Amino acid sequence: MHDKTLTELAAGLHAGEFSSVELTRHFLDRIRRYNPDLNSFITVTEERALAAAKQADERLARGEAGPLEGLPVAHKDIFCTQGVKTTCGSRMLDNFIAPYESTVTARMAAAGMITLGKTNMDEFAMGSSNETSYYGPVKNPWDTTRVPGGSSGGSAAAMAARLAPAATGTDTGGSIRQPAALCNVTGLKPTYGRVSRYGMIAFASSLDQAGPMAATAEDCALLLNVMAGFDERDSTSVDRPVPDYTAALNKDIKGLKIGLPKPFFDSGLDSKVAKIIGAVIEEYTGAGAEFIEIDLPHMHLSVPVYYVVAPAECSSNLSRFDGVRYGYRAGNPKDLEDLFKRSRGEGFGAEVQRRIMIGTYALSAGYYDAYYKKAQQVRRLIADDFKRAFEQVDVIMGPTSPSTAFKIGEKADDPVAMYLSDIYTIAVNLAGLPGISIPAGMADGLPVGVQIIGNYFDEARLLNVAHQYQQRTDWHRQMPESFK
Amino acid sequence: MLLNADEVRKIAHLARLEILDAEVPGYAANLSRILDLVAELNSVDTAGIEPMAHPLDAAQRLRTDEITESDQRDDFQQIAPEVAEGLYLVPKVIE
Repeated sequence: MHDKTLTELAAGLHAGEFSSVELTRHFLDRIRRYNPDLNSFITVTEERALAAAKQADERLARGEAGPLEGLPVAHKDIFCTQGVKTTCGSRMLDNFIAPYESTVTARMAAAGMITLGKTNMDEFAMGSSNETSYYGPVKNPWDTTRVPGGSSGGSAAAMAARLAPAATGTDTGGSIRQPAALCNVTGLKPTYGRVSRYGMIAFASSLDQAGPMAATAEDCALLLNVMAGFDERDSTSVDRPVPDYTAALNKDIKGLKIGLPKPFFDSGLDSKVAKIIGAVIEEYTGAGAEFIEIDLPHMHLSVPVYYVVAPAECSSNLSRFDGVRYGYRAGNPKDLEDLFKRSRGEGFGAEVQRRIMIGTYALSAGYYDAYYKKAQQVRRLIADDFKRAFEQVDVIMGPTSPSTAFKIGEKADDPVAMYLSDIYTIAVNLAGLPGISIPAGMADGLPVGVQIIGNYFDEARLLNVAHQYQQRTDWHRQMPESFK
Repeated sequence: MLLNADEVRKIAHLARLEILDAEVPGYAANLSRILDLVAELNSVDTAGIEPMAHPLDAAQRLRTDEITESDQRDDFQQIAPEVAEGLYLVPKVIE
């Protein structure tokens, strides 16, 4: 059953070929068998899952089931799940049982989806390799000596090894798209504000966005139908109707104008990845799409902008962790300041502390204009570059990541080298645009992803363009040999 | 190096993070490298450019001032490290 897409599994459930309990057990068995090799789950919610599956079967039998009824899903451990440990990959929240439910997980549960468990991630979503998790690194199912990418690496690895037929992720600078690319998964970051951030533990609030990770664009469309929509409990949620994202999947892409940004194909791009992206371009050309070279003149500044804006917002967001109201508290504090400092010093890992310090510095007296204001000004220049590009083209295409999955430990001591692995994804978050990464080929047995970037709220078109590629190729069907 | 050990200690204090003396040189080196990367921003003239705080340039949404949440104090205090009689406990702050 695990080699089927979510859409195929939904059809099987509705046709009565198997029950939700059988399906859920199948994936729970796979988790039990394979998770020790991958470390992709922090918590498995077996009892809850089976109880929910039983209820889903009853609704299916009564004919009350919606399209996602009874289908299992794995949630990134950044989403608060009431009564279930929610760690955000941090020692700080190792003892945190969420007292309320995030909007994303609540909507998916209301649609009848079965939560299998909570997936591993970089601590507070800060990382591109899943090595910063307090719970240890996640392994890439395509080569377990390599990283799955990050920060939604647990979700990506679980999807790649088909320990779940669907997963959720969050993307602040590439955290859905980059691990999707490195693990041969389809992952969509929607427009900023499209999916509610309520109950999603905050990292950088002007960039964070949740999205679906699945085998295909069609599956992501089904998931986004449920995830997207206005939520008054998120102050940046956008009040705008949600289209049926499956409706336009089969639209012909003849005459589609695709922009190829020059800076995505510079010397930093691995030549094997470049070759695969070249083959993708040929495939789309064959389908009638037209390619136009575009310039994004400020693109090279997106990593520097991001490493001011994201740490500044993180230093502010993470100030809530003080050892008083929830989370880790240091033992025997000698006074209040000692309680704050040691709870935070012992509760946060090194990368989180680095980013809090960079943000604190950038926002401190005398430096605000030179760093934060400057970065926000350049952020506008980057967003304006995209606006100009979308006057000429319908979508923009390029590699998701400059290389395939790197070795665990390879970049662990060099934060700047790690940051540069998100060079093609970060600008999309700064501008607030939607982007999707889909499987595009294999280089030396490792997956390569192609990224498609759309205009604001143009997710339906991105999914259409991705689906058309997946109708013509079978890269998204490939599974790692040891996990078949 | 952009940051020296004293500056790192000062930033850590502002952020209320206890870092060990042995960790200070490592943080000084790493944080300086990150600031080096960030310094590239100075290569572009941004005079007159409006800072972008929100990707959709949306303003803060307001709501009417009505009570919409129920009292969940007991639920929230269940996960607190130390509480008594509905209060969060911290080390003594006033002698």
